Amino acid sequence: MMYEWLYDLTGSSILSMFIVSLLPLFAFILPFALLAVLAERKVSAHMQDRLGPMRVGYHGILQTIADIIKLLQKEDLVPSATDKKLFNFAPLLVFTGSYAAFAAIPFSGAFIGSQIELGLIYIVAVTGLVVAGILMAGWASNNKYSLLGAMRSAAQIISYEIPTLLIILTIVMITGTLSLYTLSELQTSFFWNWMIFGGPDTGLQKFLYLPLMLIGCLVIYISTLAEVNRTPFDIPEAESELVSGYHTEYSGMKFAMFFLAEYANMFAVSAIVAIIFFGGYQSPFGYLGNTLELQWLIPIEQFFWFTAKGLFFVFVQMWLRWTLPRFRVDQLMAFCWKYLIPIAFVILLFAGLISLI
Amino acid sequence: MKTAEEIFSILKEKFGDSIIELKSDKPVEPFILTAPLEVDKISIYLRDNSELLFDSLMNLSGVDDANGEKVKDENGNEIIKGGNLSVWYHLESTKLKHKLTLKVSTDREKPEVATVTEAWKCADWHEREAYDMYGIIFLNHPDLRRILMPYDWEHGYPLRKDYQNPEFYQGMKVPY
Amino acid sequence: MALKTEEMVLNMGPQHPSTHGVLRLELKLDGEIISDVIPHIGYLHRCFEKHSEAMTYPQVIPYTDRMDYLASMYNEFGYALAMERLMGIEVPERVEYIRVIMGELQRIASHLVALGTYGADIGAFTPFLFCFRDRERILHLFEITCGARLLYNYIWIGGLSNDLHPDFIRLTKEFIKDFKPNLKELNDLLSYNAIFIERTANVGVLPPDTAINYGVTGPNLRASGMKWDLRKDDPYSVYHKFNYEIPVGSGAKGKIGDCWDRYFIRVREMEESLKIIEQAIDQIPDGDVTSAIPKRIKPPEGQIYTRVENPRGELGYFIISDGSLNPARVKVRAPSFVTMQVFPELCKGWMVADVVAILGSIDIVLGEIDR
Repeated sequence: MMYEWLYDLTGSSILSMFIVSLLPLFAFILPFALLAVLAERKVSAHMQDRLGPMRVGYHGILQTIADIIKLLQKEDLVPSATDKKLFNFAPLLVFTGSYAAFAAIPFSGAFIGSQIELGLIYIVAVTGLVVAGILMAGWASNNKYSLLGAMRSAAQIISYEIPTLLIILTIVMITGTLSLYTLSELQTSFFWNWMIFGGPDTGLQKFLYLPLMLIGCLVIYISTLAEVNRTPFDIPEAESELVSGYHTEYSGMKFAMFFLAEYANMFAVSAIVAIIFFGGYQSPFGYLGNTLELQWLIPIEQFFWFTAKGLFFVFVQMWLRWTLPRFRVDQLMAFCWKYLIPIAFVILLFAGLISLI
Repeated sequence: MKTAEEIFSILKEKFGDSIIELKSDKPVEPFILTAPLEVDKISIYLRDNSELLFDSLMNLSGVDDANGEKVKDENGNEIIKGGNLSVWYHLESTKLKHKLTLKVSTDREKPEVATVTEAWKCADWHEREAYDMYGIIFLNHPDLRRILMPYDWEHGYPLRKDYQNPEFYQGMKVPY
Repeated sequence: MALKTEEMVLNMGPQHPSTHGVLRLELKLDGEIISDVIPHIGYLHRCFEKHSEAMTYPQVIPYTDRMDYLASMYNEFGYALAMERLMGIEVPERVEYIRVIMGELQRIASHLVALGTYGADIGAFTPFLFCFRDRERILHLFEITCGARLLYNYIWIGGLSNDLHPDFIRLTKEFIKDFKPNLKELNDLLSYNAIFIERTANVGVLPPDTAINYGVTGPNLRASGMKWDLRKDDPYSVYHKFNYEIPVGSGAKGKIGDCWDRYFIRVREMEESLKIIEQAIDQIPDGDVTSAIPKRIKPPEGQIYTRVENPRGELGYFIISDGSLNPARVKVRAPSFVTMQVFPELCKGWMVADVVAILGSIDIVLGEIDR
């Protein structure tokens, strides 16, 4: 919709494509990443009975700007014994892999980066680029700690993609569509039409789906937590064991790219969980624009609901990080392969049987 | 619970001349002076004998008795020739609740003591420290090298009374 | 065709976020499994024993503070006790009670650091701050008494440097009242957390016979099941007047003597220390704390070995005096030095992540190891 509007405005397909694809990056993701860094510090501080940054701006609001300025003016150190091409290319790959997923995420009814029919598969595929980037970073750093961290991270991300995919398959089987836009449109009206409460159909199927959906939501939330390397699964960046894991040797802007990519990734996976289970950009109560007869208000409200849901899940991710200790690498693998994958399979099986009713 | 005299008599029966004497004149604790090269057999006996059962080595320290004569060497520094270096052992039995102090004395010029690591593994690092600080060689020690000083320190043994700081170590000036 | 694999040597170097000081661990790895650990110490060696031979007996006390800087009161306590036994000085009872109160407060502070940093090593960052918040109150108590938060120079040979502050008893009672619910909060957050238990239970088991042969004492020995505490087995000062228990490891979440036991013993020891402090505050008599300090400290010729129960184990002082104003030899038997010897045994066969868990559970302080 946005693309067509811009095409009417400018008359050039290339220009409108450009604007549509860059708009999420500049208007949303970068400000979000800046906000998320500050939010993490403030949230963690208040949970730990202290205050966090208080000096820059009112109660520390401008702290991230100070951090970005610091990172921009840092010396870009490249250790001499590294593999220079891989070393320089790795952060780009990680950042691209995280950011490219936003092309298929519908921010509101009127805006979606690309009307691709295979939205879900595209997102899972493109976030797999991150693994290649991490391995490159770990190997090219010429540092045993980075290598260990990168190998653990690759193993972790690849393993935890399987439960994610299984739950996505379940949803696809129930709703019959891969496109995120259609998925959000399906969960319209009120909150009991959301997938987590069984989907938009009424009747026996809905109540049979309900327990499966609840457990499935938990499984996919946990596995996406592992995919973005957050505690309790943050072994690749475990500060106390590996200093800083695969990004130990990076400084300045390259480190900033890893950093921002992590927060963008966090929002991407929260957005996916919100869209699949919690109705995407749909409001739980109906639209103000409908009651006030102002049609242009609806996309804005949808954008607000989408952001609110995404931010809530990001907040839960931060909450978990500062409460739980971290897993050891073999316990992490055992958790995935012995617990999550069997549960995901069982959910797939039962959902399939129920859908035949 | 046994007193030092009883333990002394048990040890004297078994080992004879290796146990030299029981000194109890100075405060506070009495101690038993033993021969330096027999102390490994004595320690295993102390640990395993059912009346003694000394299963814990509390402390092992090297001491510079500084009882030789003070002479001036070629640089005009005062060094000590002759005299003794000692090693003190403090033992304890957690089951029978008695304690014992042993002392061995060796020559300053050629200090050699048998190791007690077979009896108590605790002695491992303590003996390395005594070697590092005093230069006492422990025979049959599994891994005798310096522990607190840098591994390639070759300017002597710091805790001896006549130790002089070197001028330079690997190019860095030592006196501050 | 057979695959040739090599052992990788990984250096957890002197600068590392979780080696509790400047300690270098050389790990020989076979994949992720440890085949050998070689600790290298000596980075913090400050020649305490050589210095003490150049100073008079009272001048040694600030130096003893700096060895185990997280439990300074106990270092001074041990030294003062050794000198008083050598010289045969009787201190007033008030001095003994105050020393016990300070020692137990110091024990709680030291265990809070140990538990907080252990949680931070495992990945739980929040209990670290909760522990330090409570420790700040104890350091405030020390500050109003002797002016310093960490290195006190308070316990002197024959007495104390000055008497308690008038507000001390009231503030201590408030602290005890506020600390009990905080201990429960710490237990809910960390001790019974399922991920924490999985990381620490059955890891790094220390059998009691090995422990005694290696000379391990203190909480590490008690966690292996052996009931041995110098405050009850070789009593000193006025500890025999109080009613308290000695917690012993019981393998509640895994084997006896694993990391969880060593961690949980310290939590229970904090509870017992609170009991001792409460009783001591009620029983403290009046008196003059500086009356028994001799004008010139010149002990008779002789030697003595005394030990006290440091938060980390048995801290021993071996002092040889030759009748002059300066000691002839002061040897400190540091508990962390001895515990570091058994560390390679504990780590064999575990993974790199477990090295961090085991190192945190044995609670070493490099200042003590290197002196």
